[in-house]
Amino acid sequence: MNIRFVLNGKPLTVETPPDRRVIDLLREDLGLAGTKECCGSGECGACTILVDGDSRLSCLMTAAQLEGRRILTIEGAEEDPRLRTIQEAFVEWGAVQCGYCMPGMVLASAALLSRTPNPSREQIREGLSGNLCRCTGYQKIVDAVEQAAALLFRGHQ
Amino acid sequence: MTRDVFIPRNLEALWDLLDEDPESRVFAGGTDLFVRLRRDQAVHPSLIGLERIEELQALEEDGPDVFIGACVTHARISASPLVKKHFSVLEQAVRVLGSPPIRNMGTLGGNLVTASPAGDTIPPLTVLGAEVEVRSRGASRRLPIREFIRGPGRSVLEQKEILSGIRLRKDNVHTVHHFEKVGQRNALAIAVVSLAAVLRLSESGVVERARLAWGSVGPTVITSREVERIIEGRPLSRQVLEEAAMQAQKEVSPIDDLRASADYRRRVAGNLLLRLWTRLKTLDES
Repeated sequence: MNIRFVLNGKPLTVETPPDRRVIDLLREDLGLAGTKECCGSGECGACTILVDGDSRLSCLMTAAQLEGRRILTIEGAEEDPRLRTIQEAFVEWGAVQCGYCMPGMVLASAALLSRTPNPSREQIREGLSGNLCRCTGYQKIVDAVEQAAALLFRGHQ
Repeated sequence: MTRDVFIPRNLEALWDLLDEDPESRVFAGGTDLFVRLRRDQAVHPSLIGLERIEELQALEEDGPDVFIGACVTHARISASPLVKKHFSVLEQAVRVLGSPPIRNMGTLGGNLVTASPAGDTIPPLTVLGAEVEVRSRGASRRLPIREFIRGPGRSVLEQKEILSGIRLRKDNVHTVHHFEKVGQRNALAIAVVSLAAVLRLSESGVVERARLAWGSVGPTVITSREVERIIEGRPLSRQVLEEAAMQAQKEVSPIDDLRASADYRRRVAGNLLLRLWTRLKTLDES
Protein backbone atom coordinates (compact mmCIF):
# COMPACT_ATOMS: atom_id res chain seq x y z
CA MET A 1 0.00 0.00 0.00
CA ASN A 2 1.01 3.65 -0.43
CA ILE A 3 1.74 5.46 2.80
CA ARG A 4 2.31 9.19 3.05
CA PHE A 5 4.09 10.75 5.98
CA VAL A 6 6.69 13.38 6.80
CA LEU A 7 10.13 11.98 7.52
CA ASN A 8 12.69 14.32 9.07
CA GLY A 9 10.86 17.32 7.69
CA LYS A 10 10.38 15.97 4.16
CA PRO A 11 7.03 14.71 2.82
CA LEU A 12 7.34 11.17 1.54
CA THR A 13 5.22 8.48 -0.10
CA VAL A 14 6.36 4.88 0.22
CA GLU A 15 5.00 1.71 -1.32
CA THR A 16 5.23 -0.96 1.37
CA PRO A 17 3.38 -3.92 2.85
CA PRO A 18 1.11 -2.44 5.57
CA ASP A 19 2.50 -4.79 8.24
CA ARG A 20 6.13 -3.88 7.56
CA ARG A 21 7.69 -3.01 10.90
CA VAL A 22 8.61 0.66 10.99
CA ILE A 23 12.18 -0.20 12.00
CA ASP A 24 12.56 -2.42 8.91
CA LEU A 25 11.01 0.22 6.68
CA LEU A 26 13.50 2.80 7.98
CA ARG A 27 16.62 0.65 7.98
CA GLU A 28 16.11 -1.78 5.09
CA ASP A 29 13.86 0.07 2.66
CA LEU A 30 14.81 3.71 3.23
CA GLY A 31 18.46 3.11 4.11
CA LEU A 32 18.26 5.06 7.37
CA ALA A 33 20.34 2.77 9.57
CA GLY A 34 20.70 5.28 12.42
CA THR A 35 17.70 3.76 14.17
CA LYS A 36 18.94 0.60 15.93
CA GLU A 37 17.24 -2.64 16.78
CA CYS A 38 18.21 -4.47 19.92
CA CYS A 39 15.53 -6.39 21.82
CA GLY A 40 12.75 -6.19 19.23
CA SER A 41 10.18 -6.35 22.01
CA GLY A 42 9.88 -2.86 23.48
CA GLU A 43 12.23 -3.24 26.42
CA CYS A 44 15.42 -1.45 25.40
CA GLY A 45 14.50 1.78 23.59
CA ALA A 46 17.27 1.44 20.95
CA CYS A 47 14.68 1.83 18.17
CA THR A 48 13.08 4.99 19.64
CA ILE A 49 11.76 7.46 17.06
CA LEU A 50 9.58 10.54 17.55
CA VAL A 51 6.07 10.39 16.14
CA ASP A 52 4.37 13.79 16.21
CA GLY A 53 6.90 14.71 18.88
CA ASP A 54 6.33 11.73 21.20
CA SER A 55 8.82 8.92 21.70
CA ARG A 56 7.66 5.61 20.27
CA LEU A 57 9.26 2.26 19.57
CA SER A 58 9.68 1.58 15.87
CA CYS A 59 10.01 -2.18 16.46
CA LEU A 60 6.40 -2.29 17.73
CA MET A 61 4.78 -0.25 14.96
CA THR A 62 3.57 -1.15 11.51
CA ALA A 63 4.01 1.01 8.43
CA ALA A 64 0.24 1.53 8.17
CA GLN A 65 0.32 3.49 11.42
CA LEU A 66 2.62 6.13 9.90
CA GLU A 67 0.00 7.57 7.52
CA GLY A 68 -0.12 11.35 8.00
CA ARG A 69 2.36 11.41 10.90
CA ARG A 70 5.53 13.47 11.36
CA ILE A 71 8.47 11.17 12.04
CA LEU A 72 11.82 12.22 13.39
CA THR A 73 14.77 9.80 13.36
CA ILE A 74 18.36 10.45 14.34
CA GLU A 75 19.16 11.31 10.71
CA GLY A 76 16.92 14.36 11.24
CA ALA A 77 19.66 15.84 13.44
CA GLU A 78 21.22 17.30 10.33
CA GLU A 79 18.29 19.68 9.96
CA ASP A 80 17.29 19.98 13.61
CA PRO A 81 19.35 22.33 15.81
CA ARG A 82 17.84 20.89 19.01
CA LEU A 83 18.94 17.37 18.16
CA ARG A 84 22.36 18.68 17.16
CA THR A 85 22.79 20.46 20.49
CA ILE A 86 21.90 17.27 22.34
CA GLN A 87 24.26 15.19 20.19
CA GLU A 88 27.11 17.60 20.76
CA ALA A 89 26.54 17.61 24.50
CA PHE A 90 26.70 13.78 24.47
CA VAL A 91 30.04 13.95 22.66
CA GLU A 92 31.44 16.70 24.83
CA TRP A 93 30.49 14.98 28.10
CA GLY A 94 31.85 11.58 27.08
CA ALA A 95 28.39 10.01 27.19
CA VAL A 96 29.05 7.85 24.13
CA GLN A 97 30.72 4.50 24.66
CA CYS A 98 29.84 1.77 22.14
CA GLY A 99 27.22 4.14 20.74
CA TYR A 100 24.51 1.61 20.01
CA CYS A 101 21.92 3.20 22.33
CA MET A 102 22.77 6.76 21.29
CA PRO A 103 20.15 7.41 18.57
CA GLY A 104 17.42 6.30 20.98
CA MET A 105 18.95 8.20 23.90
CA VAL A 106 19.22 11.42 21.88
CA LEU A 107 15.63 11.22 20.63
CA ALA A 108 14.29 10.32 24.09
CA SER A 109 16.22 13.30 25.47
CA ALA A 110 14.68 15.57 22.82
CA ALA A 111 11.19 14.37 23.76
CA LEU A 112 11.94 14.93 27.44
CA LEU A 113 13.34 18.43 26.92
CA SER A 114 10.41 19.55 24.80
CA ARG A 115 8.04 18.78 27.69
CA THR A 116 10.41 19.57 30.56
CA PRO A 117 12.90 22.20 29.37
CA ASN A 118 14.71 22.44 32.68
CA PRO A 119 14.64 18.96 34.22
CA SER A 120 16.17 17.79 37.48
CA ARG A 121 18.59 14.85 37.34
CA GLU A 122 15.79 12.66 38.67
CA GLN A 123 13.50 13.80 35.86
CA ILE A 124 16.23 13.07 33.32
CA ARG A 125 16.64 9.54 34.72
CA GLU A 126 12.90 9.03 34.50
CA GLY A 127 12.71 10.50 31.00
CA LEU A 128 15.39 8.08 29.80
CA SER A 129 14.16 5.10 31.82
CA GLY A 130 12.97 3.34 28.65
CA ASN A 131 16.45 3.40 27.10
CA LEU A 132 19.07 0.86 28.09
CA CYS A 133 22.77 1.60 27.70
CA ARG A 134 24.52 -1.74 27.52
CA CYS A 135 27.82 -0.08 28.49
CA THR A 136 25.96 1.24 31.57
CA GLY A 137 27.36 4.75 31.17
CA TYR A 138 24.36 6.40 32.71
CA GLN A 139 26.05 9.08 34.84
CA LYS A 140 27.64 10.73 31.84
CA ILE A 141 24.44 10.44 29.84
CA VAL A 142 22.56 12.28 32.58
CA ASP A 143 25.37 14.87 32.73
CA ALA A 144 25.09 15.38 28.96
CA VAL A 145 21.33 15.86 29.02
CA GLU A 146 21.71 18.34 31.88
CA GLN A 147 24.24 20.24 29.77
CA ALA A 148 22.04 20.12 26.66
CA ALA A 149 19.10 21.38 28.69
CA ALA A 150 21.15 24.30 29.98
CA LEU A 151 22.26 25.23 26.44
CA LEU A 152 18.78 24.92 24.92
CA PHE A 153 17.07 26.61 27.86
CA ARG A 154 19.50 29.52 27.71
CA GLY A 155 18.93 29.73 23.96
CA HIS A 156 15.25 30.34 24.64
CA GLN A 157 15.74 33.15 27.15
CA MET B 1 3.15 -13.60 4.24
CA THR B 2 1.78 -10.11 4.52
CA ARG B 3 -0.95 -9.19 6.95
CA ASP B 4 -3.45 -6.50 6.20
CA VAL B 5 -3.38 -3.65 8.69
CA PHE B 6 -6.45 -1.44 8.75
CA ILE B 7 -6.62 1.86 10.63
CA PRO B 8 -10.32 2.84 10.57
CA ARG B 9 -11.19 6.47 11.33
CA ASN B 10 -14.51 5.87 13.04
CA LEU B 11 -16.62 3.15 14.65
CA GLU B 12 -18.77 2.65 11.54
CA ALA B 13 -15.70 1.77 9.51
CA LEU B 14 -14.55 -0.54 12.30
CA TRP B 15 -17.86 -2.46 12.38
CA ASP B 16 -17.66 -2.90 8.58
CA LEU B 17 -14.15 -4.32 8.86
CA LEU B 18 -15.19 -6.69 11.64
CA ASP B 19 -18.20 -7.89 9.63
CA GLU B 20 -15.96 -8.56 6.67
CA ASP B 21 -13.41 -10.52 8.68
CA PRO B 22 -14.49 -11.43 12.20
CA GLU B 23 -11.17 -13.22 12.76
CA SER B 24 -9.19 -9.95 12.56
CA ARG B 25 -7.11 -9.06 15.59
CA VAL B 26 -7.91 -5.67 17.06
CA PHE B 27 -5.08 -3.68 18.67
CA ALA B 28 -4.71 -0.33 20.43
CA GLY B 29 -1.08 0.60 21.24
CA GLY B 30 0.31 -2.68 19.92
CA THR B 31 2.91 -2.93 22.68
CA ASP B 32 1.68 -6.39 23.64
CA LEU B 33 0.24 -7.76 20.40
CA PHE B 34 3.27 -7.01 18.22
CA VAL B 35 5.59 -8.77 20.66
CA ARG B 36 3.33 -11.82 20.59
CA LEU B 37 2.86 -11.84 16.82
CA ARG B 38 6.60 -11.80 16.32
CA ARG B 39 7.02 -14.77 18.63
CA ASP B 40 4.18 -16.64 16.97
CA GLN B 41 4.68 -16.19 13.23
CA ALA B 42 2.03 -18.78 12.50
CA VAL B 43 -0.77 -16.41 13.42
CA HIS B 44 -1.77 -14.50 10.31
CA PRO B 45 -5.01 -12.69 10.90
CA SER B 46 -5.46 -9.23 9.55
CA LEU B 47 -4.98 -6.47 12.06
CA ILE B 48 -7.19 -3.51 12.93
CA GLY B 49 -5.65 -0.58 14.78
CA LEU B 50 -8.06 1.47 16.89
CA GLU B 51 -5.70 4.41 17.42
CA ARG B 52 -7.47 6.91 15.16
CA ILE B 53 -11.07 6.33 16.24
CA GLU B 54 -12.14 9.61 17.82
CA GLU B 55 -14.86 8.04 19.99
CA LEU B 56 -12.23 5.94 21.80
CA GLN B 57 -10.02 8.92 22.62
CA ALA B 58 -12.24 10.82 25.07
CA LEU B 59 -11.12 11.57 28.61
CA GLU B 60 -13.92 13.65 30.04
CA GLU B 61 -16.32 14.38 32.87
CA ASP B 62 -19.82 13.05 32.47
CA GLY B 63 -21.86 14.35 35.41
CA PRO B 64 -20.72 12.45 38.49
CA ASP B 65 -18.55 10.16 36.36
CA VAL B 66 -15.39 10.35 34.34
CA PHE B 67 -15.21 8.43 31.07
CA ILE B 68 -11.84 7.28 29.80
CA GLY B 69 -11.88 6.01 26.21
CA ALA B 70 -10.19 2.67 25.56
CA CYS B 71 -7.49 4.24 23.37
CA VAL B 72 -6.40 6.91 25.83
CA THR B 73 -2.68 6.32 26.39
CA HIS B 74 -1.09 5.89 29.80
CA ALA B 75 0.85 9.12 29.16
CA ARG B 76 -2.41 11.04 28.74
CA ILE B 77 -3.90 9.49 31.86
CA SER B 78 -0.87 10.33 33.91
CA ALA B 79 -0.93 13.95 32.66
CA SER B 80 -4.66 14.43 33.27
CA PRO B 81 -5.60 16.84 36.09
CA LEU B 82 -9.00 15.13 36.25
CA VAL B 83 -7.41 11.75 36.96
CA LYS B 84 -4.97 13.22 39.46
CA LYS B 85 -7.78 14.94 41.33
CA HIS B 86 -10.26 12.07 41.56
CA PHE B 87 -8.31 8.85 40.94
CA SER B 88 -4.85 9.33 42.35
CA VAL B 89 -4.43 5.57 42.81
CA LEU B 90 -4.76 5.12 39.03
CA GLU B 91 -2.39 8.00 38.30
CA GLN B 92 0.22 6.48 40.65
CA ALA B 93 -0.05 3.17 38.79
CA VAL B 94 0.26 4.50 35.23
CA ARG B 95 3.18 6.70 36.27
CA VAL B 96 5.29 3.57 36.85
CA LEU B 97 3.84 1.49 34.02
CA GLY B 98 6.40 0.39 31.42
CA SER B 99 8.59 3.27 30.25
CA PRO B 100 8.01 6.66 28.61
CA PRO B 101 7.66 5.27 25.05
CA ILE B 102 5.49 2.41 26.28
CA ARG B 103 3.27 4.95 28.07
CA ASN B 104 3.06 6.98 24.85
CA MET B 105 1.89 3.91 22.93
CA GLY B 106 0.06 1.66 25.39
CA THR B 107 -3.56 2.37 26.29
CA LEU B 108 -5.90 1.78 29.19
CA GLY B 109 -8.16 -0.39 27.05
CA GLY B 110 -5.21 -2.42 25.83
CA ASN B 111 -4.03 -3.05 29.37
CA LEU B 112 -7.47 -4.41 30.32
CA VAL B 113 -8.07 -6.56 27.24
CA THR B 114 -4.56 -8.02 27.50
CA ALA B 115 -5.73 -9.06 30.98
CA SER B 116 -2.27 -9.94 32.23
CA PRO B 117 -2.27 -11.00 35.91
CA ALA B 118 0.41 -8.28 36.21
CA GLY B 119 -1.58 -5.56 34.39
CA ASP B 120 -0.78 -2.39 36.33
CA THR B 121 -4.11 -0.62 35.83
CA ILE B 122 -6.30 -3.50 36.93
CA PRO B 123 -5.84 -3.29 40.74
CA PRO B 124 -6.50 0.49 40.85
CA LEU B 125 -9.56 0.21 38.60
CA THR B 126 -10.82 -2.62 40.79
CA VAL B 127 -10.62 -0.66 44.06
CA LEU B 128 -12.24 2.31 42.34
CA GLY B 129 -15.15 0.11 41.24
CA ALA B 130 -14.68 0.89 37.54
CA GLU B 131 -17.28 -0.10 35.00
CA VAL B 132 -16.25 -1.27 31.58
CA GLU B 133 -18.15 -0.29 28.44
CA VAL B 134 -18.32 -2.88 25.67
CA ARG B 135 -19.60 -1.99 22.23
CA SER B 136 -20.49 -3.71 19.00
CA ARG B 137 -22.48 -2.53 16.01
CA GLY B 138 -25.73 -1.11 17.35
CA ALA B 139 -25.22 -2.38 20.90
CA SER B 140 -23.42 -1.46 24.07
CA ARG B 141 -23.28 -3.03 27.50
CA ARG B 142 -21.66 -2.11 30.79
CA LEU B 143 -20.22 -4.39 33.39
CA PRO B 144 -18.00 -4.19 36.47
CA ILE B 145 -14.33 -4.69 35.75
CA ARG B 146 -14.32 -7.81 37.95
CA GLU B 147 -16.72 -9.47 35.51
CA PHE B 148 -14.88 -8.24 32.43
CA ILE B 149 -11.63 -10.11 33.08
CA ARG B 150 -12.12 -13.88 33.17
CA GLY B 151 -8.57 -15.11 33.65
CA PRO B 152 -5.03 -14.63 32.41
CA GLY B 153 -5.33 -13.13 28.92
CA ARG B 154 -9.08 -13.69 28.83
CA SER B 155 -11.90 -11.15 28.85
CA VAL B 156 -15.62 -11.50 28.16
CA LEU B 157 -15.25 -9.80 24.76
CA GLU B 158 -17.01 -11.75 22.05
CA GLN B 159 -16.29 -11.68 18.35
CA LYS B 160 -16.97 -8.28 16.80
CA GLU B 161 -17.10 -6.59 20.21
CA ILE B 162 -14.60 -4.06 21.49
CA LEU B 163 -13.89 -2.47 24.83
CA SER B 164 -14.80 1.17 24.20
CA GLY B 165 -13.83 2.68 27.53
CA ILE B 166 -14.20 2.70 31.28
CA ARG B 167 -16.43 4.72 33.52
CA LEU B 168 -15.42 5.79 37.02
CA ARG B 169 -17.50 7.52 39.68
CA LYS B 170 -15.55 10.59 40.89
CA ASP B 171 -14.13 9.49 44.18
CA ASN B 172 -15.31 11.67 47.06
CA VAL B 173 -15.34 8.70 49.41
CA HIS B 174 -11.74 7.71 50.00
CA THR B 175 -9.23 9.98 51.69
CA VAL B 176 -6.17 7.85 50.98
CA HIS B 177 -5.13 6.54 47.56
CA HIS B 178 -2.08 4.31 47.40
CA PHE B 179 -0.42 2.19 44.73
CA GLU B 180 2.85 0.36 44.96
CA LYS B 181 4.49 -2.09 42.62
CA VAL B 182 7.44 -4.30 43.39
CA GLY B 183 9.36 -5.41 40.31
CA GLN B 184 12.88 -6.49 39.51
CA ARG B 185 13.86 -2.97 38.57
CA ASN B 186 12.16 0.41 38.54
CA ALA B 187 11.58 1.02 34.83
CA LEU B 188 10.00 -1.48 32.45
CA ALA B 189 9.29 -3.82 35.31
CA ILE B 190 6.58 -6.40 35.14
CA ALA B 191 5.02 -6.43 38.59
CA VAL B 192 6.17 -9.21 40.90
CA VAL B 193 3.44 -8.02 43.28
CA SER B 194 1.41 -4.83 43.26
CA LEU B 195 -1.11 -3.37 45.68
CA ALA B 196 -3.78 -0.75 45.10
CA ALA B 197 -5.46 0.58 48.25
CA VAL B 198 -8.09 3.21 48.86
CA LEU B 199 -9.18 4.04 52.40
CA ARG B 200 -11.60 6.37 54.06
CA LEU B 201 -10.22 7.62 57.35
CA SER B 202 -12.38 9.51 59.85
CA GLU B 203 -10.99 12.66 61.45
CA SER B 204 -9.91 10.60 64.44
CA GLY B 205 -8.04 8.17 62.17
CA VAL B 206 -10.53 5.28 62.20
CA VAL B 207 -10.74 3.38 58.91
CA GLU B 208 -14.36 3.66 57.83
CA ARG B 209 -13.87 1.87 54.54
CA ALA B 210 -11.02 -0.04 52.90
CA ARG B 211 -10.73 -1.45 49.41
CA LEU B 212 -7.62 -3.42 48.49
CA ALA B 213 -6.55 -5.25 45.35
CA TRP B 214 -3.34 -7.13 44.61
CA GLY B 215 -1.85 -7.79 41.20
CA SER B 216 0.47 -10.63 40.09
CA VAL B 217 -0.48 -12.94 42.97
CA GLY B 218 -3.28 -14.85 41.27
CA PRO B 219 -4.75 -15.55 37.82
CA THR B 220 -6.47 -12.16 37.98
CA VAL B 221 -6.59 -9.41 40.56
CA ILE B 222 -7.03 -10.62 44.18
CA THR B 223 -9.43 -8.89 46.54
CA SER B 224 -10.48 -9.98 50.00
CA ARG B 225 -13.32 -8.73 52.17
CA GLU B 226 -11.70 -10.71 55.03
CA VAL B 227 -8.59 -8.56 54.92
CA GLU B 228 -10.56 -5.36 54.42
CA ARG B 229 -12.75 -6.19 57.45
CA ILE B 230 -9.69 -6.56 59.66
CA ILE B 231 -8.79 -2.97 58.86
CA GLU B 232 -12.26 -1.43 58.86
CA GLY B 233 -13.76 0.03 62.03
CA ARG B 234 -10.42 0.37 63.83
CA PRO B 235 -7.88 3.17 64.08
CA LEU B 236 -5.18 2.54 61.54
CA SER B 237 -2.04 1.30 63.23
CA ARG B 238 0.97 -0.78 62.39
CA GLN B 239 -0.46 -3.61 64.48
CA VAL B 240 -3.76 -3.62 62.56
CA LEU B 241 -1.88 -3.72 59.27
CA GLU B 242 0.31 -6.57 60.52
CA GLU B 243 -2.82 -8.53 61.32
CA ALA B 244 -4.23 -7.76 57.88
CA ALA B 245 -0.91 -8.71 56.26
CA MET B 246 -1.02 -12.15 57.91
CA GLN B 247 -4.49 -12.70 56.49
CA ALA B 248 -3.49 -11.34 53.07
CA GLN B 249 -0.76 -13.97 52.82
CA LYS B 250 -3.47 -16.63 53.19
CA GLU B 251 -5.77 -15.07 50.59
CA VAL B 252 -3.38 -14.66 47.66
CA SER B 253 -2.59 -17.56 45.31
CA PRO B 254 0.72 -16.75 43.65
CA ILE B 255 2.79 -18.97 41.37
CA ASP B 256 6.51 -19.54 40.90
CA ASP B 257 7.81 -18.08 37.67
CA LEU B 258 11.01 -16.66 36.25
CA ARG B 259 10.50 -13.36 38.06
CA ALA B 260 9.86 -14.58 41.61
CA SER B 261 8.87 -17.55 43.73
CA ALA B 262 5.38 -18.02 45.08
CA ASP B 263 6.73 -17.78 48.65
CA TYR B 264 8.39 -14.46 47.97
CA ARG B 265 5.25 -13.09 46.32
CA ARG B 266 3.14 -14.20 49.29
CA ARG B 267 5.42 -12.45 51.74
CA VAL B 268 5.59 -9.25 49.67
CA ALA B 269 1.80 -9.20 49.24
CA GLY B 270 1.54 -8.89 53.03
CA ASN B 271 4.45 -6.51 53.39
CA LEU B 272 3.00 -4.08 50.86
CA LEU B 273 0.21 -3.47 53.39
CA LEU B 274 2.81 -2.50 55.97
CA ARG B 275 4.24 -0.03 53.48
CA LEU B 276 0.86 1.68 53.56
CA TRP B 277 1.71 2.61 57.15
CA THR B 278 5.08 4.09 56.13
CA ARG B 279 3.35 6.02 53.41
CA LEU B 280 0.73 7.49 55.76
CA LYS B 281 3.47 8.51 58.17
CA THR B 282 5.22 10.37 55.37
CA LEU B 283 1.97 12.06 54.34
CA ASP B 284 1.36 13.12 57.96
CA GLU B 285 4.78 14.67 58.24
CA SER B 286 4.51 16.65 55.01
